[in-house]
This record gives sequence, C-alpha cells and structure tokens, in this order.
Amino acid sequence: MGILEVKGVNKRFGGLQALSNVNLSVAENSLHAIIGPNGAGKSTLLNCFVGKLIPDTGSVMFNGESLLGRKPHEINQMGISRVFQTPEIFTDLTVMENVMISCFAHRDGAFRLHPFETVAHETDIIEQAEKMLLDVNMADKRNMHSASLSRGDKRRLEMAMCLAQEPRLLLLDEPTAGMARADTNNTIDLLKEIKEKRDITMAIIEHDMHVVFSLAERITVLAQGTPLVEDTPENIKGHPKVKEAYLGETV
Amino acid sequence: MKLLGLSAKDTRFLLIVIFLTLATPVLLQPFPENSGLATFNAGYPDLMQRFAIFGIFAIGFNILFGLTGYLSFGHAAFLGVGSYTVVWMYKLLDYNVVWGLPLAVVTSGVFALLIGFVSLRRSGIYFSILTLAFAQMSYNLAYSVLTPITNGETGLQVYRSDAQVLLGANEPTSPHFFGLVMSKSTKLNLGDWQFTFNNGYYFTAIIAIIVFYISLRIFRSPFGLMLRAIKTNQTRLNYTGINTRPYALAAFVISGMYAGLAGGLMAAMDPLAGAERMQWTASGEVVLMVILGGAGTLMGPILGAGFIKYFENIFSKINDQILQGWFAWMPDWLSGLLIEISHFFVGKSWHLTLGLLFMLVVIFLPGGLVEAGQRIARLFKKKPPEDKDPGHHPQPAPHVAE
Ligand SMILES: Nc1ncnc2c1ncn2[C@@H]1O[C@H](COP(=O)(O)OP(=O)(O)OP(=O)(O)O)[C@@H](O)[C@H]1O
Ligand SMILES: [Mg+2]
Repeated sequence: MGILEVKGVNKRFGGLQALSNVNLSVAENSLHAIIGPNGAGKSTLLNCFVGKLIPDTGSVMFNGESLLGRKPHEINQMGISRVFQTPEIFTDLTVMENVMISCFAHRDGAFRLHPFETVAHETDIIEQAEKMLLDVNMADKRNMHSASLSRGDKRRLEMAMCLAQEPRLLLLDEPTAGMARADTNNTIDLLKEIKEKRDITMAIIEHDMHVVFSLAERITVLAQGTPLVEDTPENIKGHPKVKEAYLGETV
Repeated sequence: MKLLGLSAKDTRFLLIVIFLTLATPVLLQPFPENSGLATFNAGYPDLMQRFAIFGIFAIGFNILFGLTGYLSFGHAAFLGVGSYTVVWMYKLLDYNVVWGLPLAVVTSGVFALLIGFVSLRRSGIYFSILTLAFAQMSYNLAYSVLTPITNGETGLQVYRSDAQVLLGANEPTSPHFFGLVMSKSTKLNLGDWQFTFNNGYYFTAIIAIIVFYISLRIFRSPFGLMLRAIKTNQTRLNYTGINTRPYALAAFVISGMYAGLAGGLMAAMDPLAGAERMQWTASGEVVLMVILGGAGTLMGPILGAGFIKYFENIFSKINDQILQGWFAWMPDWLSGLLIEISHFFVGKSWHLTLGLLFMLVVIFLPGGLVEAGQRIARLFKKKPPEDKDPGHHPQPAPHVAE
C-alpha cells in the first residue's frame, strides 16, 4: 500500500475527458514523477488530491483516509502541501511574511485567534522561517516585497512555504519551470537533501527531463488522461511506448 | 522606549497619537475668535466628539476592509444597534454610560456575528451586496415593525415615565460617566483665542486612544498577518492549511463591535437614537473615510474620518455673509463673481468639494492621505522611495507609523 492510493479516477470537463480511469500508487518516502505532454491531465490529477476538484468517479486515499469531499485546508493539515504550476504566493507581503504564514499554519492549525500576540515576538517562527529561506537560498531577499521577485524566485519561495510545513506528501507542479539552469540544479539538490534529511514523499510533475531523471525513483507517464506506463527511470528511458507518446527525441 | 508590548517605533507613534488627540481642542482652534478665518476653527465640542466617534468607526472598519479586503456596505447597522442599546440602558437603568457602552459592544458583536456568518459565504461584490441588504433590512425594520423597541420615526429617547431604576436623587439627568457630565465644558480664554475643553470629547478621545491601541496590536499580530494574507491570496492561504472563514468572520465581528461602540458613544453624547443612523449613506461614509485616508494603514482611517467630518461641518457652514466678509475688499463685480463661483463649493454644495477631493485622492494618491503625507515626508528626507504600501510591511521595521 502506498501513502497515496488513486483508484479509477475519472474527470470530465464538458466534452473533454481530462482523466480516464487513473490508477496510481505513490509509495511512502519515494519520489514519484508524473510526466506527460501538455494537456495530459497532470495538473488536473493533482487538483483531485488537494480538494480543488472532486473526481466524477473513483477514490483518492491518503494514508488510509479518503481525501474526497475534504476542504483544501483540511487536506493540507493532514500533511499534503502543494507547489502550484503558476506560483501562488502572497504578493502584498514580504518574502519573510510569506514563509511565516506557513509556519503559523503548521504550528497553530487551521484557525487560532491570536490578536494580541506580536509577530515580532514569535522568535521560534522567525527562526524557522529564516532557516527555510536559507535552505532555498533566499535569505538575502527576506525583506523584499514578494511581488517583485523573479518567476524562479517566486517558485522557490513557494517551495520554502510548503517545506516549512514539514508535509508528509509534497506535490510539486513543474517546480523548475521559469528557473535559470543554476537555480534548477539548486532545486534538484535541495529536494534531494530534504529527502535525505526527513521522511517525506514527493510527487513531482516536470517537463524538464534532466530534473526528472536526476530525482525520480518511479515515473508514471500520463497521456490524454490515462497512465501509459509506470516504471523506474531506467526502464522508462528505453520504453518504446513512452518514446512514441511523449519523449520523442528529447531523451 | 517600549510600552505595552509595542516596538519602539510603534510606541513613539502611539504617543504622538495620544498627544494629538488630547491637544485637539487647542490644535483645532488656530484662529482668533473674531478674525475672518475663525470659520475654519473646528475646536468646538460637537465637532470634536464627531471626529473621535467617526475615528473609532473608521478604525474598526479598517480592520475588516483595510486588512482583509472585504468591503462591507452595511456597517451603519451596527452603529444603530449601539445607539439603541445605550439609550435603552438610560431608559431602564440611569444616565450613567457605563452600563450601555459595554453592552453596545456586545450586542453589535452578536449582530455582526449573525450578519457576518451569512454574508461571508460569498466574497467580492456579492459579499458587499449581502451586507448592504442586511443593513437596509435593519433600517426598515427599525422604522416599522420594531417600533416598540426603536420608537420608529420619532427615534428612541428617554421620557420622564421611564423606569430608570438606578437613578439617584442627585444624579445628573443627562449622559454622564459616574457624575462626569458629557455635555459640560470648561472654556479657556487666552487673548483673542477661546478654547473649549469638553468632558464628552475627552471621554470619547480616551476610548478612541484605547481602541486605536487595540487596532495597532491587531495589525502587528499573527491574526493581523492572516487577515492581510486573506486580502492578498485566499487560495494560497487555504492550501496552506488555514481556514479563512473564521478569520474573516472574526475581523467582521471586531469591526462590528467598533461600530457598535461608535454608535453607543453617539448616544452617550446626545441621548437619542434614530433609524437614520443605519441608513446606507452612513455605511458608505465610513467606506469613503477609510479609502480617503488610506485603507490598510493605521493612520488612514483617522485622517479620513477627520477630513470628511471637517468638510461636512466647516464647509457647509460657509454662507453668503461669511463670503461677503472675505471678499469685501474687492471691487463689487469681482466679489459678486467669486461668491457665485463659491456657491458651487461651500454651504449646501460642500458635497461637491468633497466629491472632487475624493476623486483627486483616488486617482492621484491610491494610498490615500497617508500616501500624501509619506510623499511630503520623503521630499524633506530626500530618501529613495520605499515600499509602495508600507501598511503592509510590519517586518522588520514597522512603517505604518508614518
Ligand atoms: N477547470 C477546467 N475546466 C475545463 N477544462 C480544464 C480545466 N482544467 C483543465 N482543463 C483541461 O483539461 C486538460 C488537462 O489539463 P491539465 O492542466 O491537467 O494538463 P497538464 O497535463 O497539467 O498540462 P501542462 O503540462 O500544460 O500543465 C486540458 O485540456 C485543459 O484544458
Ligand atoms: Mg499542468
């Protein structure tokens, strides 16, 4: 049994079958990549995990509990964090405040009325947030207005926010898109390091094959809403069906 | 120096606010009594009380609108609830405001909880419309069905036949705080100047300082941070494990309580309560105040409230006689022309002046009067421009204090 079990998931948007009969099992503490051409349904699948979409049929179980019908914040509090394809950050706030919000959510839960405490006195939270920013190489940008960050930095910030929650399952939707090569390599190293340091399962969607093959332990290939194959990176590389459907000349 | 859990900078800021508030009766009376400019003096009790009361109303509204971005068009309903509560306490107990005011905060909080619970199921324009609908409903109910409680069109007031069970033999028969009668003033004549120190103003001013301090603490708290995050990106907040609804509801209730307190204080200054206090124009006014002053900043609501109330009371007072006095030294044709032109902007037309100013501020100073102040301060400091909206960056050094 994997920590995330997806069985027979279907999702239709009007006339478009975005997901058809998807089965997927992500093993605990593994790094599982989901790849596939544009429009294959990868993001749609993640949306079904985090409460953004409810599949038409099928089940999604996390750690033995169904995720269907739960609200996004409940799912997050169960230990699932997500980095979105287009960065979702608090653009009116500073980089530091962005990360601190995650730390508060992790410590205090979905709601806590604390109108008379002072953010500046929360030394634990500040320390933790600073450490997270150090991890993603953004410590020097802590007081910047996050709206003014580059696309790659926004992504790294979002990653820091997710990691600050110490999730059991981290979902990454194209975490290196829009990053310079050096930052992409930093991100690869960061994810590797985090996996070594603590128990965490990661599901990553990625178009950059360099990233996929440097990180993934297992790969699922999705095409037109259906998983084509699931295997180890070595086997996927040479798989004829995959080459045909997706990888083409890129490998 | 650090006081009351505030940073050094916030402490300084609070002390400045305290000083300005307490010195208002002097500061707003800059012109000698008999000079032509005496019209612009605003240091009389009625108006100063209104500054403080609407300041409280706007400070509370800013906690909801400025921080979370939820734009309520129905906060006047809580103003009315507060007023009715206080007058009822006069009728049942006695004229001591100590019973009514806390209760006004509680009842308006309960109303805000109910209205907020329903309205916050929607966001954006639908939320605004829902709050507006609730407020108009309250207004109409107060006028009609609820007449036994609100005394309908006449408005609620105290009659000799009322119970007033606590009323002592020597107790004042107008609102007071343990004998400190609100309507009493001490006048001080200094040369050509006259200053009026009014009990009611100081009572309201001290409450205003306390609730300003509370709002300062809320701004700096993790709770305040969450509210600002709601304004910026609710989606991210939800996917970060935060249930945004109770946060927004808490902000709604707090701002409703501020409004109830303001309404209660209105009745503490003048023992009357009428349904018109709940009308949508009153709800709209507080929106204007906060936007004009600078939404999401600490000082903005106070500036906005002061600005609008000043215009409402001073510009509307300027009549032909005063105008003639000003332009008397000019040739007749010119003064006649100027008076004709002035008619569009003063007296009954003060709304036009305010409207134009409002438009200018919204177009050229999206951050409101606070932004204007910052720009001026920057000119003097010759510093490179800082963050665009300092109200949103309490870390690492709070800038809101500007
Ligand atoms: N909310 C929606 N409503 C309607 N159609 C949608 C919705 N979300 C996704 N789709 C469609 O479903 C299909 C799958 O989209 P999805 O975003 O999951 O693809 P993807 O594999 O993530 O692609 P990419 O690599 O470009 O991100 C696309 O054709 C998309 O247009
Ligand atoms: Mg996608």
